[in-house]
Amino acid sequence: MVLKGGRVVDATGSRPADVLVQDGEIVSVTAKVSAVPPGTVVLDAGGCVVAPGLVDLHAHLRQPGNEEAETVETGSRAAALGGYTAVVAMPNTDPPIDTAAAVREVLDLGEEACCDVRPAGAITVGRRGEKLAPLAEMAGMGVRIFTDDGSGVQDARIMRRAMEYATALGVTLAEHCEDASLAGGGHMHEGEWSSRLGIAGQPAEAEELMVMRDLALARLTGCRLHFLHLSTAGSLAMVSGAKASGLDVTVEVTPHHFTLTDACVASYDPLFKVNPPLRTEADVAAVRSALSDGAVDAIATDHAPHTQESKEMPFQEAPPGMLGLETALGLALTELALPLERVLALMSWQPARIAGLASDHGGPVEPGRPANLCVIDPDARWVVDPAASASRSRNNPYGGRRLTGRVRHTLLRGEPVVVDGEAQR
Amino acid sequence: MTATQQAEKRTDATGAPRHLLAIDDLGPEGIGEVMRLTDSFVEVSRRPIPKVPALRGKTVASLFFEDSTRTRLSFETAARRLSADVMTFSAGSSSLSKGESLRDTVLTVEAMGVDAMVVRHSAAGVPRQVAGWVRGASVVNAGDGWHEHPTQALLDCYTIGRRKGGLEGLRIAIVGDVRHSRVARSCVTAFAGLGAHVTLVSPPTLLPASLAGWPVEVSHDFDSVLPKLDVVYLLRLQKERMTEALLPSLREYTATYGLTRRRAELLAPGAIVMHPGPVNRGVEVAAEVVDMDVSAVTEQVANGVAVRMAVLYLLLGSGVDLASA
Repeated sequence: MVLKGGRVVDATGSRPADVLVQDGEIVSVTAKVSAVPPGTVVLDAGGCVVAPGLVDLHAHLRQPGNEEAETVETGSRAAALGGYTAVVAMPNTDPPIDTAAAVREVLDLGEEACCDVRPAGAITVGRRGEKLAPLAEMAGMGVRIFTDDGSGVQDARIMRRAMEYATALGVTLAEHCEDASLAGGGHMHEGEWSSRLGIAGQPAEAEELMVMRDLALARLTGCRLHFLHLSTAGSLAMVSGAKASGLDVTVEVTPHHFTLTDACVASYDPLFKVNPPLRTEADVAAVRSALSDGAVDAIATDHAPHTQESKEMPFQEAPPGMLGLETALGLALTELALPLERVLALMSWQPARIAGLASDHGGPVEPGRPANLCVIDPDARWVVDPAASASRSRNNPYGGRRLTGRVRHTLLRGEPVVVDGEAQR
Repeated sequence: MTATQQAEKRTDATGAPRHLLAIDDLGPEGIGEVMRLTDSFVEVSRRPIPKVPALRGKTVASLFFEDSTRTRLSFETAARRLSADVMTFSAGSSSLSKGESLRDTVLTVEAMGVDAMVVRHSAAGVPRQVAGWVRGASVVNAGDGWHEHPTQALLDCYTIGRRKGGLEGLRIAIVGDVRHSRVARSCVTAFAGLGAHVTLVSPPTLLPASLAGWPVEVSHDFDSVLPKLDVVYLLRLQKERMTEALLPSLREYTATYGLTRRRAELLAPGAIVMHPGPVNRGVEVAAEVVDMDVSAVTEQVANGVAVRMAVLYLLLGSGVDLASA
């Protein structure tokens, strides 16, 4: 197969090139492929960017346990349509991914998927924050990220022990920063809007307290720590300072935290209920500036499917979360004043390194590499249509939004899983 | 069309509001209109047969997902006095407990042929969501979580207007648990919209996290505010606030923010005392103060029916000539 007429962009730079792919690998990257073997499929990449496939550090694929909302099959299809060749599947499934057997189940489900599916393991048994999960057993099956995402590890002593234990395994702990006692069951950001709307809020400090604690514990233990979906100006400032002092921590932010504010909740539409909650305009500005100054390492989706009926409920009863896999790239290219190379760094090679997937994903587009690639038309204009999603769910808050930049083709180990914006599996 | 866009479409062809979800849907002029209509309906209520055919053939459904016998009875009486048919839905007897989504429930009720839904829910925003889902019915907010209770504020405006001749320039204090009060949110907008000066008197733990954009002053010193007031509006204190570390004790609350008999003596001549009910006698207000002449609590309840008649008539009865009714 040949990706013809595009401009290759990867961590090493940018150049016009045709990319020849055979047996799942990149065979040649040249200005113009001369000898195309007969019968080779040609995919048009004219006017497009050919890049390493995107890597999502944070997707809820809901399987096992909530197949009404999403399955590995449907979620990975949405991912491929969004340009992803690998996603980290969050462990807050039912049952949670807190044993080797549960890891095995998700890996097996991922065999036939449209992208690589790498489960994250839970830090504690049942994500209850009380007892360490078998981290070594799961690490032995290739798990590189552990998290109790959905909630933070509340007990500082447990988190300290998990971090100490993890240093021997060379794995990363990822924290959902939310001090439950201070958040107090708040359903949105606490501030001007929550006060006006009469909805219980959670203050920015509920996130920031745990960021502060975990930075201290990372210093104490030397554990590699990844901060999931940071959303406040204060959190980003603290982490930025810690990184400057040499601490080995990484940060992701989500598209909704750089595009939407708590003012959206004025509609009381649970589509805008998400955790961490949508914050203020000042926080959105801080997320955007942290993306451009390098304080943030990755854009992650926090793709969180929920059934229609669970979102047609009162705001305080509906579950938090919104879809993200199919819109993340378009939002980043449209909303952030960043060069495409920077967006790709944040969505491909940097997250690939954090997830321990750099040997297969996000690497330079060069001969001998696995052909996990996406072809992006940066000028394609499109309108988000929630009904057209490959996800089983429809909780997309961007319906009707105009975006510029869309995935044309996605290749998984040389197989075209998306061609001309259509899923092939 | 999304729920949000539908909810934005809040007026009919004649410019009358289609829904009453929050006081802002009316604005000061709309409140004035409701006050004038209420005058007519107070007169109707005094007739030997207190009933007019204004809404004959219309059906009003009350959807009370949270118990409130008083507000429900007040709305249903108002609808009946306008000759509307009344349907009652309460969550306990519904299929909500059977896993149906809120939207399914609302559309099922509307499909029975309903012209207006009076909605009460413990979660803020439900009436707005319902307004986004219904196809043709009008939605009246009968109290949603901590958000708004617009008809309560309207009957309070009417009650104050009758006693004081209007709200312009009056000094009104709203005292107590503002944070968790839908009544306070509606009253602040309504009172300030009609020109009153509003002061919130409350411990910091019972104020909203942010008062940005609220047309109010704040005080923590009831004694110093009290002598200057025309209206003291006391809010109900829920006993469960004690368990949430918002207050040390009921006793301390009463001592600091309760309208005790001693404080009642600080009231200026002609000042009135109001409360949305039900009153915790001895907590936010001393028992004997509730029964003094300064208290307008009984009038508030009495005016409730006429105000709700005015609201239903405004939303559903456009085109019907009230004078000939």
